[in-house]
This record gives sequence, structure tokens and C-alpha cells, in this order.
Amino acid sequence: MTTTAETRVPRVPSVPGGRYGLAQAARMEWIKLRSLRSTWWTLVVTVAATVGIGLAVGLNSQDGSVDLTNNALAGVVPGLLLTGALGVLTMTSEYTSGTIRATLAAIPRRPLVLAAKAAVFGVMTLIVGEAASFIAFFADAATLRHGIAAPTLGQPGVLRAVVVTGASFCVIGLLGLGLGAIIRHSAAAVAVLVAGVYVIAGAIGIVAHGTAAYMPLLIVANSLSTTKPVTCGTDAASCPHFLSAWAGLGVLGLYAVIALGVGGWLLARRDA
Amino acid sequence: MIEARDLTRRYGSTVAVDALSFDVRPGSVTGFLGPNGSGKSTTMRLILGLDRPNAGQVRVGGRRYRELRWPLREVGALLEAKAFHPGRSARGHLAALAASNAIPRARVDEVLDMVGLTSAAGRRAGKFSLGMGQRLGVAAALLGDPAVLLLDEPVNGLDPEGVRWIRNLLKSLAAQGRTVFVSSHLISEMALTAERLVVIGRGRLLADTTVAELSAGSASLEDAFFRLTSEAVEYRGNGAQEAMS
Repeated sequence: MTTTAETRVPRVPSVPGGRYGLAQAARMEWIKLRSLRSTWWTLVVTVAATVGIGLAVGLNSQDGSVDLTNNALAGVVPGLLLTGALGVLTMTSEYTSGTIRATLAAIPRRPLVLAAKAAVFGVMTLIVGEAASFIAFFADAATLRHGIAAPTLGQPGVLRAVVVTGASFCVIGLLGLGLGAIIRHSAAAVAVLVAGVYVIAGAIGIVAHGTAAYMPLLIVANSLSTTKPVTCGTDAASCPHFLSAWAGLGVLGLYAVIALGVGGWLLARRDA
Repeated sequence: MIEARDLTRRYGSTVAVDALSFDVRPGSVTGFLGPNGSGKSTTMRLILGLDRPNAGQVRVGGRRYRELRWPLREVGALLEAKAFHPGRSARGHLAALAASNAIPRARVDEVLDMVGLTSAAGRRAGKFSLGMGQRLGVAAALLGDPAVLLLDEPVNGLDPEGVRWIRNLLKSLAAQGRTVFVSSHLISEMALTAERLVVIGRGRLLADTTVAELSAGSASLEDAFFRLTSEAVEYRGNGAQEAMS
């Protein structure tokens, strides 16, 4: 079968007018993303972890006095870690495998490559994140202890909490993608993501209360996934003023935009 | 047609490519020879716009690589074996590249057939042997039916049948009027495949000539190569001196 190469006259594909652009780059990135089994496994595990942890917390709810929506969405915080890591790997695996050179030879306008990745990965994680958030909410509402009134989407703040929490998967995923473009090494970029989003940001938030409202994880826990503003009970003096849900999502989005901006700038400047 | 003019690239204090100028013309296979570390791969990356030159420029078909409208339809490149994700199938890898340059999907199966990978197209490419990886790289280079082909060490890891296949493929591509630029450190292989040669050492041009001209007056192309590069060898084993004399 290999000897046919010399006799065959390769068919000349008709060359279309214009030039490659975002549409072609996005099509390439979509094929790359969906042709890896690890993508689908990670997304399945993300949804399973988000729903499973939410269910466990929901089953332990003693009465209806707590924010049951917030409890149902308790699995989002670990779930986000997986989406963020998938974002990192979507970029860094190209460097690990050498695929980045094939990619950049096909699409030499490098910021376009990152924009296409962000668009495709962002849409995918938005869909999966919303699915995880809504499934967790409904599964939790259906399994609450007898006698606890289940929350409904019609109650104040509930639909908003579920929707913005689902969107946080997309935003943290894009933050991971940006960090991957900046750092390029899988382990280092995942470490920075985990340290930045979970460990250091959490520690800073505890030490310096004034900044706590801007720490990614505390935004998710206290601004996005709650139906009513977090109050501090009797300890109001030392309690940070948490952002509203939409402002919180905006701040998270800003972090992702900064990471992608720096990543795109570095991608365009550095050797591949 | 590839035109390099005063191409220079430094990494820190090391000059990898030093004011390199040469033309690679269509219609024949041009071999790109040089000792290890002489700047062949850097030059290849500069042609593809993967690295940026500190000075000078290189044009492919009259344009800089970054200005090409559909790069894969104009230039096909094999830079390294296994430049693909190990978890992706050969077909998935090629389908992604095809989509990036609006190349019809049917072309993917065509090039898989050309390189003899049809039966392995659905398998995870991470399980491929080095030779199969090279074949996939060649398939990717041929995907856009380009007029210019760049191949860095294409016979690495190929079995004797594969080496002969690559040799005949490169010759037939050149005979179709394409520009074929092939780097190698296998001089005997270049003697069989190439008509023209660009020889570099320590990033500088040592010869831009034909195989016939360079071998004239020497027992073999290999002897001629050693004479040409004797002053420009970066890494040399201790036994090499006797072997050359």
C-alpha cells in the first residue's frame, strides 16, 4: 500500500479565497478537544464530583434554616479544580507533545490560536458547568430529608445562584487555559492554579480580611453560590464585605481575561 | 521557492544561525547538510516562523511565513517525529490540521493511504513506533498538497522499506515541480536522494551546490562533506579524527 505513493498524482484541493481566521482555528481546536478521551473523562468526573459532594452535603442538612441552595452547590469548589486543570492541560499538552509547532505552522497568527482555544473551551465548560450546577441543585432538592422544604428555582436568588455558579466552571477553566499559556509546563501550571485559587488566595483571605472578597474561591463560595448575602452574625467587625453575585463573576472573569491576555502576548513573543 | 537572506539567530551568546543566505528552488530535492548543532533545525524553525530571526529574513513563495493565507496549502513541514498528542488518533490529528486550513475532510483519508497508515488511523498515536510517527508526520506535511515541503530528518526511525519509500516519494514530489528541502545527517542517503545541497557548519553557509559538483574530486560525497566541514564541527568524538584521515 505504500508503493502507491509514487504513481498517484495527488489531487489538488481547490484553494478557497480569503484567509484562515477564527472560524478555521476554532474548528481545529474543537476537533483537538473532542478527539481526546481524557477531555470527556475529566468532564464526566467534574459533573459527578460536583453532584456527588452536593448530595452528601444536602443529605446532612438538618433543617431548612440554612441556605439549601448553597449546600447543594457545595461540590462546585472541588469540581472547579478539575475544570481549571483541564484548561491548563488543553494548553500545556501541546507543548509536552510538540503539537504546538504543528498548530502554529497551521495558524501562524498566534493570538488567534489562543482566542480559538478560549472560545471552544469556554463554550464547552459553560455547558458542562451549567449542567453540573443544575443537576446538583435538582438532585439535592429531590433527596433532602423528610420534612425539609426543598428550594425551588422560583424562590428569590435561587436561579441566579445556580446559573452564576455554573458559569464559574467556564471562568476558572479559562483562567487555567491562560495560566497554561503563560507557564507552558503542566505540573507547574496546575500547581500555580491550585496554589493561586485554593491555597494562597485562601490564606491571604483569612489573614487580610479586606481582600477576602476578591479571592477566587471565596467569591465562588460566598458571592456566587449563595441566594442571599453572607452575613457574619455577631462577628460583623472582622467580617469582609462580600461582592454581589454578578460583581463576583465579573472579578473572576477579569482574572481569566488577564491570564489569557498575558498568555496570548507571551505566545506571540516567544519561540515555539 | 525558499529564499533566506542574512538569516541570523542568537540564543544568548550562542550564534545558532549566522548571516545565512541561500535559495531552495522548485523541481529538485535539496539536501540540507551539516554536523550536529550546526543550525539545521533552527533554520527550519525560522523558515516556519516558529522562531524569530534576530536579523535577516526568509521568504517562502515570495512571502514571509506569517503572511501566508493558507499556510498548510503552501508549505508542508515535518519537523520532528511524534509531534502529536499521544492520546489522539492519527485521523484526529490530521482532521484538526485539515480544518485549520479549510482542507476537505476526504483529503485526510487520502494522505493516510499515501503513507500507508490507513489500518492504524483510528489507534492512539502514542502507541506508534518511531517509523509510524514519521509516516504520520509526512502525511501531515502532504495534507494541503503544498508546493513547498520541509522535512527535518525524515528517514529517522524508518525501516529499509520506509527509507526507500521516502526517497522515492521526495523524488516524485520534486519531479512534480515542488520545492523539497530535506535536512539529514545521513550523507549516503542524501547522495541517493538529493540533486542540490545546502551545507552549513556553525550556522554559516559552507556550500550551496549540486551533489555532483561537491563530490567531484573526492572519493565519495562523504569525504567531500568531511573536508568541507572539518573546521566547523561543534561536537566531535575522540575517534573521529582518525576516521577522517
